[in-house]
Amino acid sequence: MKYQYFPGCSLKGTGRAYEESFLAVFKALGVEVSELEDWNCCGATAYMSVDETKSYALAGRNLAIAERGTEDVIAPCSACYLVLNKTMQGLKDHPELKRKVVSALKAGDLEYKGTAKVRHPLDVLVNDVGLEEIKKRVKNPLKGLKLAAYYGCQVIRPFATFDDQHNPVTMDNLITASGAECVDWPLKTRCCGGSLTGTVPEAGLRLAYIILKEAKKRGAQAIVTPCPLCQFNLDGYQDQIAAKYERIDIPVLYFTQVVGLALGLSHKELGIKRGIISAEAVLAGR
Amino acid sequence: MPLEQKIKYESDCDKEFANWVVSQTGGENLRHCIQCGICSATCPLSLYMDYTPRRLINLAREGFKKEVLSSFTIWLCASCYACRVECPKEIQVTDIMYLLKRKAIEEGVFPRRFPIPVLAREFSRMIFFFGRVNETLLVTDLFLRTNWFKFLTMTGLGLNLIRTGRLSVLPDAIKGRGQLRKVLDAIESDEKKEAAK
Repeated sequence: MKYQYFPGCSLKGTGRAYEESFLAVFKALGVEVSELEDWNCCGATAYMSVDETKSYALAGRNLAIAERGTEDVIAPCSACYLVLNKTMQGLKDHPELKRKVVSALKAGDLEYKGTAKVRHPLDVLVNDVGLEEIKKRVKNPLKGLKLAAYYGCQVIRPFATFDDQHNPVTMDNLITASGAECVDWPLKTRCCGGSLTGTVPEAGLRLAYIILKEAKKRGAQAIVTPCPLCQFNLDGYQDQIAAKYERIDIPVLYFTQVVGLALGLSHKELGIKRGIISAEAVLAGR
Repeated sequence: MPLEQKIKYESDCDKEFANWVVSQTGGENLRHCIQCGICSATCPLSLYMDYTPRRLINLAREGFKKEVLSSFTIWLCASCYACRVECPKEIQVTDIMYLLKRKAIEEGVFPRRFPIPVLAREFSRMIFFFGRVNETLLVTDLFLRTNWFKFLTMTGLGLNLIRTGRLSVLPDAIKGRGQLRKVLDAIESDEKKEAAK
């Protein structure tokens, strides 16, 4: 199995534990990934507020580069996953927009056809690698560990093709395959606050607080997420949330870190120490 | 206390704005909105909005231009797409919010205390120069431009990021910067041509 890999800016910055654990897990499973050459920022949510056509062209450059290869593109960041898929859908639905974007890309010697296939690592692990195959490779089942599977918004809304929009289960299944237990909770897909935690903290911090508090109340020892911004918000703002509301103190892991631990990979390989709220106590001996 | 007109007559509304909204990509089916309010009910940020999404949609399609473009609502939308998934009339509410944000920036009427439009602009500028975004530089730049005092409250988070090795100071630049600029410039000249028409 071979894939192209679109990291996005977060996985090279504040979310580097996601990149470390994603690459380590895929390597351990014998899945080959190669980084897309000279990729640029996908535009995230911010660029769409400035210029629609340019934001499609930004994503279009990446898609055009990806089309030179034949393999599916894995985009682990929820925003990148959404934007790349949104761009393909938007250009398909709006021929006039497509004409503008295609001709602008041509000015940069790029050809966009719209043939790339953008996938999320959750999708690839569950549907291509398979849960049975992963279970077979588990060396260190995470018995007794209670986790809250938190998907966030953009990985499943509005374009997810691989999971249910109201009650997604792919990550729950991976957590269970890793030997850990998923707590039952209703906030799987509620917004973490996105960029509002930094820009309008009065509003953003409350959203993150609601998720942290509910996960703790349901007995979770850690929250598990597939999104670098969710991880950043839930992990990084716990001090500010403590000052404004109450201290929750719950570590926030990437699902790739959980799967990696079960596969027997080390804390170092998986970037476990990069959590601002330390997961060491929860993961002691694992 | 100056006397203020609290209710608008139809003739007070900006019909040109209303027509513009429904003529835009994603705005075509705004007139199908049945005002059921599921968007407002699912929105996790409704509680902070001056107009809930349901009200904003009604105001936009009736031509309440000033109220819509200077609202907090559009800047509080975090793009979580909950409303879009639930809307029984398949209105792309999130994209309507983007459309209105762009218009508000274009007309320069966004609420001054909101740093989000500044973030959006600096974000796009950083991409134009480097092709990628460095989160640290972006946030620093944002606070220095809007509220440097608030920046001081972020130092704890900054130190935590340094401790965990998650803070990069140098911007990550792509090789194809020239190519990317050519693409973005091509769109700009295309847009200028269209505006001239």
